[in-house]
Parts: sequence; C-alpha cells; structure tokens
Amino acid sequence: MISVQNVSKSFTLHNQGTAVIPVMVGADLDVAPGECVALVGASGAGKSTLMRMIYGNYLAESGRILVGDVDVAQAQPREILQLRRHTLGYVSQFLRVVPRVPTRDVVAEPLLATGMAREPALRRAEALLWQLNIPQRLWSLSPTTFSGGEQQRVNIARGFAYGYPALLLDEPTASLDATNREVVLHMVEGAKARGAAIVGIFHDDAARARVCDREIDVRAFTPQAAA
Amino acid sequence: MTPLLQVEDIAKFYGHRIGCTGVSFDLFPGEVMGIVGESGSGKSTLLNCLAGQLTPDAGAVRFDTRAEGLRDTVTMNEPERRMLGRTDWAFVHQHARDGLRMNVSAGGNVGERLMAIGARHYGDIRAEATDWLDRVEISADRVDDRPTTFSGGMQQRLQIARNLVTGPRLVFMDEPTGGLDVSVQARLLDLLRGLVREMNLSAIIVTHDLAVVRLLADRLMVMKDGYVVETGLTDQVLDDPQHAYTQLLVSSVLQV
Amino acid sequence: MSDYNFAYLDEQTKRMIRRAILKGLAIPGYQVPFASREMPMPYGWGTGGVQVSAAVLTPDDTFKVIDQGADDTTNAVSIRRFFEKTAQVKTTETTRDASVIQTRHRIPEGDLGEDQILVYQVPIPEPLRFLEPSEVETRKMHSLEEYGLMHVKLYEDISQHGAIATAYAYPVKVEGRYVMDPSPIPKFDNPKLEMAAIQLFGAGREQRIYAIPPYTQVVSLDFDDFPFEPTKADHACDLCGATDSYLDELIVDDAGGRMFMCSDTDYCSTRRKAGHVGAQGVPYSEDAA
Repeated sequence: MISVQNVSKSFTLHNQGTAVIPVMVGADLDVAPGECVALVGASGAGKSTLMRMIYGNYLAESGRILVGDVDVAQAQPREILQLRRHTLGYVSQFLRVVPRVPTRDVVAEPLLATGMAREPALRRAEALLWQLNIPQRLWSLSPTTFSGGEQQRVNIARGFAYGYPALLLDEPTASLDATNREVVLHMVEGAKARGAAIVGIFHDDAARARVCDREIDVRAFTPQAAA
Repeated sequence: MTPLLQVEDIAKFYGHRIGCTGVSFDLFPGEVMGIVGESGSGKSTLLNCLAGQLTPDAGAVRFDTRAEGLRDTVTMNEPERRMLGRTDWAFVHQHARDGLRMNVSAGGNVGERLMAIGARHYGDIRAEATDWLDRVEISADRVDDRPTTFSGGMQQRLQIARNLVTGPRLVFMDEPTGGLDVSVQARLLDLLRGLVREMNLSAIIVTHDLAVVRLLADRLMVMKDGYVVETGLTDQVLDDPQHAYTQLLVSSVLQV
Repeated sequence: MSDYNFAYLDEQTKRMIRRAILKGLAIPGYQVPFASREMPMPYGWGTGGVQVSAAVLTPDDTFKVIDQGADDTTNAVSIRRFFEKTAQVKTTETTRDASVIQTRHRIPEGDLGEDQILVYQVPIPEPLRFLEPSEVETRKMHSLEEYGLMHVKLYEDISQHGAIATAYAYPVKVEGRYVMDPSPIPKFDNPKLEMAAIQLFGAGREQRIYAIPPYTQVVSLDFDDFPFEPTKADHACDLCGATDSYLDELIVDDAGGRMFMCSDTDYCSTRRKAGHVGAQGVPYSEDAA
C-alpha cells in the first residue's frame, strides 16, 4: 500500500549562505495493508522528515513514493489533495486548527470533506471524543485552549474519524496517560484489523512493541557526514 | 478532467514596469488557490486580470462555462463577461464598502443578484435573502437594516452572502480578512471554509497573511516583483519552501 | 411679426432637437443626449419641455400648457405667454382643441388623439440615478439591459413600507426594452402612457430627450406578488362629482376642513359645463371662477 523507493532529500537554505544540508539518501520502505511499520532512530535522524515526504508535505528530491497507485513525489497537487481526502491520513504532533471552531467540528472535518452528511459526521466525531475521554462539556469549545494531552487526543480523533487505507502517525501516544494510551493503541489495532497500512513513530518502546510488526531504522538512510 | 479555470501566460504591464507576467495554472472544481506576496508583488494585479476587472496585455483566462465549455474570458464581449460576473463568478472585495450597496438594506443587497437574473416574486426573494443571512450568521432581524449599521465583520459576511446567493462556481477574494479584528477573522475563515466545502466552490484568494492561506487554501502561489516564484500544495510550500524568497517570507512570520 | 425667430430658438438648434426627437421615437424610452440651450428661464422651470415644444411647434398649431393639471398657475401662464409672444400661435385651455400640449407632472384626463403631441417637463431623466450615481454605470446598465437594480428599489419600498411606496415618477418598461422615468406624474397616470398621441420628454438641465411613439407598450414595474396599482384618493371631485379623475386636496380652513377637486382644470370645467355638480360645487355659470 505504501512504497518508498530510493528517496533522497536535502534542504537548501538560500538565506543562510545557500547552505545545502543533505538529510536522506536512498530511503526504502514498504508497508502492506494491515501492517504497522515503526520508524526508529535518534532525534533528528529523519523520521518525521520521511513521514512528511510520504504525506507530500515535504518535497522528495529524487525517488518514488507510492501510496496506492499515486506517486506522491511526482503527482499533481490535485491528485495529492484527493489522496489526502480519501486514502492517506496523517496525525502530526501538533494540532493546527482554525481558531474558534468547536472540537466536534474539528474532528468531523475529514468526514465532511468526503461528503458525509453533517449529522452522522458529528455523531461519529462525538463517539470518538467519548472514546478518547474528552469530556462532553468540551465538545462545543475550541480545542485551542485545551491542555497538551487533550489537544493530542483531539488530533487523534480527527485522524481516525475516517477509515483511511493508509495512515501516518507521528508520536500518537506522547503526552498521554496510561488510560488514554491504551485507548489509542486499541484504535491503532482496530485500524490494522480493517486493513490499513500504517507508518508510525513511537518514542514509547512498549507501545511500539505492541502495535508494530516491523521497525525501520532511518539512520540507514542518513547521508555519510561530510568531512 | 476539465479544469474549471485555465490560466495561460497572463501578463500585465504598466509601461515598462511589470504588473505580473508569465502566470499559468489550472484550477479544478473544489480547489482553493492562495496567492501570497508582499506589497508590489503583483498579486492584486493578477487577481484583477483573472476576474475581468483589468484587461491583461497577454494571455488567456479560460473558464469552463455551463453552456459552451472552456471559453477565454479575456476575449469575451462585455455583456457576456458581466453576466458571468453575476452568475458563475463572484468577487469579494477587501473593503466591504466596495462590494456592497451601502444605501440598500441587507435583504436588498443579497436579493440584487437574484433580481438581476430575473427573480420577480418579492416573497421568494426575501425568503432566500433571509436564508442566506442565516448561513453567514447574520441575525434574520437585520434583513431590513442598512450595512452602514453593521460591524466590519458583518459587512464582510454580508458581502459573501451577496456574492454566493446565485451559487457561483468560482469566487475571487481580495484580502477577505484584511482590516478585520483577529477574532472576527477566525470566524470568517471558518465560515468560508464551510461554504467552500458545502457548495464545492473553487476560490482564488489573494492575501499577504500566511496564516489565512494555511487555513483556507489547498494550493499556493508565491509572487515577487510580478513573477510567480514558487507554487505547490500550501502546506508543502510553507513547510518545505524551495525558493529563496519563499524561505525568507516563511521565516519572517512572527510566531505568537 | 415678432423680433424673435419663430418659437425663440434658431433653426439649427431646432434641427438638432428634432434629430434627437426622431432618434428618441425610433428607440422608445432611450435617453438621447442633446445640447440644451440657454433659455430665458432658469433650470428647473421647464427649459427641457420648452425646447421640445419650440422644436415641434408650427404656426398652425394650437398650444396648451398645464402645470400639475392646471392652466392657470404662474408657470403655465408664463410659458403660454412665452410662446404667444415668440411664436404667435393660438393658445387654448381646452385639451380637445390643442395640437401640442406641454405638461408638468400630469397627463390630461381625457383620451388624447393621434393628431396631438404631449410634451413632458422632466427634472431627472435617469430612473436609476438615486441608486447608482455614476452616469457611466447607468448608461452601461441601459445598454446591457441590466435592470436588477430597479427592482432593488421596489424591493426596498416594500420592505420599508409594506407596499411599493413610489407614488410618482413610477418607473416603466417601454416596448419590453428600456426602463424609463415617466417624469413626476402620479402613478395613477401610468396606464395612460399607452396612448394614441406622440409623447416627448425633455430634460433641460440634464440635457436628455426621450420619446414614446403612439400605441407603444408601457408596463409599470412590479413584483408578481405585489402588482402595480394606479391608486388615487378615495373621493369624488367636490366640484364636478367625477370619480375617475386624479384629485388635488385643498385645506379650506383651520379646522382641517378640506375639499377634493380634479387636478385637471379643463376636465373639471368641461364636466361642470355639461351639468355635473359635485358635493361642494355650484352649478356652472360663465362668470364663476
């Protein structure tokens, strides 16, 4: 379902003396439906970078990134937008929302984007929020004032609202207590069971061990340090 | 799939000065394109050329009309272009005053486009106008009030209702949140997002505010000195800028 | 013989005005710009109407002037005397006998014939002026038949007053094409705009002439659920008893006593001569006022 083939990336910082910083060379990764693959490696090694390239958020310099039939590295913006709506989900570390939008609307957004009617979409959003232990009195408030852990749970609810065939999870259990970590891992297992291909970054060893079938160490793709 | 708008090599010059040049892109139904740049970048000139408010010196702007498919609006005759401007196209101005009739009631403002395409039943016109006021979160009891009695945010929302009542497929917006209080901006952005999705609108939004494009636009074009220096998915251009100017722009934004 | 050229204006000016009139008749309801001349009366006193009358009068014509229906107001008398002096045409107060009738703000009650010309005095010829101040824009609207704004005006009336409140200068659509301001005639007169006589409209200060040829379709604008109604005061004339004419209301004392009389003085006196007497009227006698 997800196939990364010989992908390379470097950053060129034009406003800092045109410094060229290579960050990845020859990255390869394959994820089948129902599999969960973990990206591991020290902080700064390129885990998030690779994930963002799969999502199309970062440009790959060379190589192919196939999600389903679409090569994200070459696709038209329109195709990537379509992909993100129906096929590829992404739960980042940060919750980015339009201020003043109620939480239940934030979570329902991916469902509305695929054409679901408003009422069922909100009901599903509420079910997820309930599952993630977000108190009902918060559902009509904007999540911008929530605690870090609450925001993360809203983020996760939004990521799991729609049944994406491919899912990217960046530290989904960070800032969560044991109860909620359990809920999230359960949701990941549920997604796997329905056939989703998942790439995840987990700092928590136990969580990683529980849900992930394989580990890929991104340090294997680090360019050799310049002299 | 046929693009809704096909822009090819649009250029506009002011004597020797470049207003904008070499702009080409395709826009598909349901897509929102943001155009950012600083003052003098040419973004407003480009928007006005696309929307038929200015005549470009070169290039084509082809719109997928309902009756005849792709037609170049630059070479269209004026009655046709004006008709397009009342039905399939909409233009939201930065200052609501430029897009509203200030001496006509809110209901009259929203109903005008309906009357312009032949609506002749007062009750129906009023009902539809009231419905639209509700959709832009203006209380129905304001339907007979003049926009001069509205706040800036309400005027802007009224302008949006006035433009969208005939169900256009393409909306041009020039700094839609400019001049509004920050809290009001948020509400307006959310309203616009909802309407874009519900009505499957395409939109081209000019702004200097990167936060607005991040929240509203799927795709982004960055302009400098009349040229398009970078284009792509909004989140990609903002998170992984390739061009020197884009990198400068993104790094200059103040974080709160 | 008078020291003036016939009807005051020089021949070239008359030709210029006649060309404008012909164009106006060829395009019913379309406002034709013309080079309005300096007249011996200030703007706002009927210079447009006077110039049109001057251009169409011939020595054999019989001329009548009315101001709000009356032959004997100051303005009507002045203009009548002006043409008596400069054109030496016959003048009359009897509508049926006149071949050219200049009017301010009313259409005579009786039907006019194919051999008559009605000349209207027009203050603001542009029906859209108060909604759209730009002349460039209103000209475009007329040329592109974009009249949505006109209905906005009627919509505003209904939303503010519960009904279309325009009581005079009620906009009309001529031959299904141009929207026109019929001059400040009461809306009661609008149905009469479809008539057998030629109608010419002159605006001197605004420098426009427009026209309606005989038997032209003239439809007052309205909404499907608020149709046009040519209303008038719900009274009969107190002098002649007519129930179908437009009435002036006169306050007769400090106690609020009032009487209603036909605004068209010739119509009223013709009825009284024929023997009709109203509620406050006296039988007609030759030397009565």
